[in-house]
Amino acid sequence: MKLLVCVKQVPDMESRFKPDSRGVWFSETDLAWRMNEYDEYAVEEAVKLREQLGESCELTVLSIGPDRVGEVIKKALAMGADRAVHVQDLDAAGKDPWQIASIIAGYAKEQSYDIIFTGMQSQDRGSAQVGVLVAELLGFTCATTLVGFAFADGVITAKRELEGGLKGVAKLQIPAVVTCQLGLNIPRYPTLPNIMKAKRKEIAAIPVTELLKEEPLAATTSFHPPAKKGGGVVLEGDVGELVEKVIAILKDKTAVLR
Amino acid sequence: MKTLLIGEYREGRLLESTYELLGFAQALGADSSLFIVAREDQLPAFAGKLYLADAAAAGEYNPDLHRELIFQAVEQEQPDYIVFLHSSYGWDLAPRVAAKLKIAQVSEISAITAGEFEVGCCNAKMRRSVKPATEKAVLTIQAGAFPVLQPGGSPQIRKLTASLSSNLEFVGYEPAEAKDVDLAKAEVIVTAGRGIGKKENVPVIHALAKALGGELGASRPVVDAGWVEHSHQVGTTGQTVSPKLYIACGVSGAIQHLAGMKKSDFIIAINKDKDAPIGEVADVLVVADVMQFVPAMTAKLGR
Repeated sequence: MKLLVCVKQVPDMESRFKPDSRGVWFSETDLAWRMNEYDEYAVEEAVKLREQLGESCELTVLSIGPDRVGEVIKKALAMGADRAVHVQDLDAAGKDPWQIASIIAGYAKEQSYDIIFTGMQSQDRGSAQVGVLVAELLGFTCATTLVGFAFADGVITAKRELEGGLKGVAKLQIPAVVTCQLGLNIPRYPTLPNIMKAKRKEIAAIPVTELLKEEPLAATTSFHPPAKKGGGVVLEGDVGELVEKVIAILKDKTAVLR
Repeated sequence: MKTLLIGEYREGRLLESTYELLGFAQALGADSSLFIVAREDQLPAFAGKLYLADAAAAGEYNPDLHRELIFQAVEQEQPDYIVFLHSSYGWDLAPRVAAKLKIAQVSEISAITAGEFEVGCCNAKMRRSVKPATEKAVLTIQAGAFPVLQPGGSPQIRKLTASLSSNLEFVGYEPAEAKDVDLAKAEVIVTAGRGIGKKENVPVIHALAKALGGELGASRPVVDAGWVEHSHQVGTTGQTVSPKLYIACGVSGAIQHLAGMKKSDFIIAINKDKDAPIGEVADVLVVADVMQFVPAMTAKLGR
């Protein structure tokens, strides 16, 4: 069995975002980076399956971006991936989901993977397209938004999260792509021995130009904060005074304290 | 301009959210036809053209087959835009249709400005304007972003059939867990978000809810982490609520959370991050440490 998990490096979402010089994405100045949260669940699920299947199985982690993405690759290796592929791209953020999916599929089509894991979306771009597009480009079966995953006798049982707490269960033949939702599992923290072991694992570097053959299908024309709706009051200052103010507002504007 | 709107049907019923697609088409100023996999006694109240595939034959979740059926409707209708809801059905199916046609997809549109589409990014803190580079495009629209438009009338039905072997087999639905609390009936909800820091702090939030005669709510990360039961979850995958007072404690305001609570009469948000998207829907944003502010407020109310 050959498994692939795709991970993206994203800024910490607590950051303050400012437009870059082109005005179409955020400036990278003063940002702290981490693994896309959805992808942490994808890595954990892939590592669990790798452990279930044992030595006959190999798990590769793939990430696209500049040198800084080496950090998320190392994290996935420390969580339990066997080897890594770093698609070197200084302008991954300038590519649309179709191009990103084409890059991943361009690499994967030579590798005959059985299962590809991705997050259901990225926290920064949030298009929820890449995983499904990879499946379509490779002709793989696909299910999205997994909150349950099991693999037995060559068949995946996927539990999808629907609206209002409802779930949908489907069986998928492999090869397949599954996209992982928050809460699918509890992603492990890499242990120190595993971090040390990860340093010896292979990271293959491939320039993006070798894999990308597609033009973008959509363009971002502007990156900006949401329009302020107005009306909302912002209160700052001493906690004691804030409490007094909020209680006064509740008495004035709502019926809950009467 | 022509749109083909992809309606939704689940557990034998037409989903009301289908009418948000018509609200979007109106905002776009476009002519609409509808596509739906449904049963003939569950058709949308809509006087236009309806491409209908029978749910008994095509299944409620069979994305490979539904993609082919939509492709047939696209061939006949030649729409400029194929529009889905950004829902578990829509985000699963839309990229399959976009890939088959090799056209752009713009995901989770929240507004139309000057012919371009506005979408959220960076956990809903920022926005992008996006323009398809292809003549046709697939669009998905954010839940609750466009008005529900129920025009009435009876559709002109065009039946579609297709057969296809798929490597995906839908087994069935698993119902939501039984609710031990019905948040929809609560007049006051005080919600714990990730910003409360740890499970041990949940009782502090619960105490404020009790002091106000309300119920405890929870955001998704708090439920996923096992701090609070799923029955308390507010949002599209939990409960949709509209109490008289909603207090969000350390909730950043993910779109799926906002969609579940933004119709509350009065919203107070307590957050350290002044830019958190919860501020977009809050009547009052208190910029403070939740674990300092909430106990102080509970103590004051108790006096």
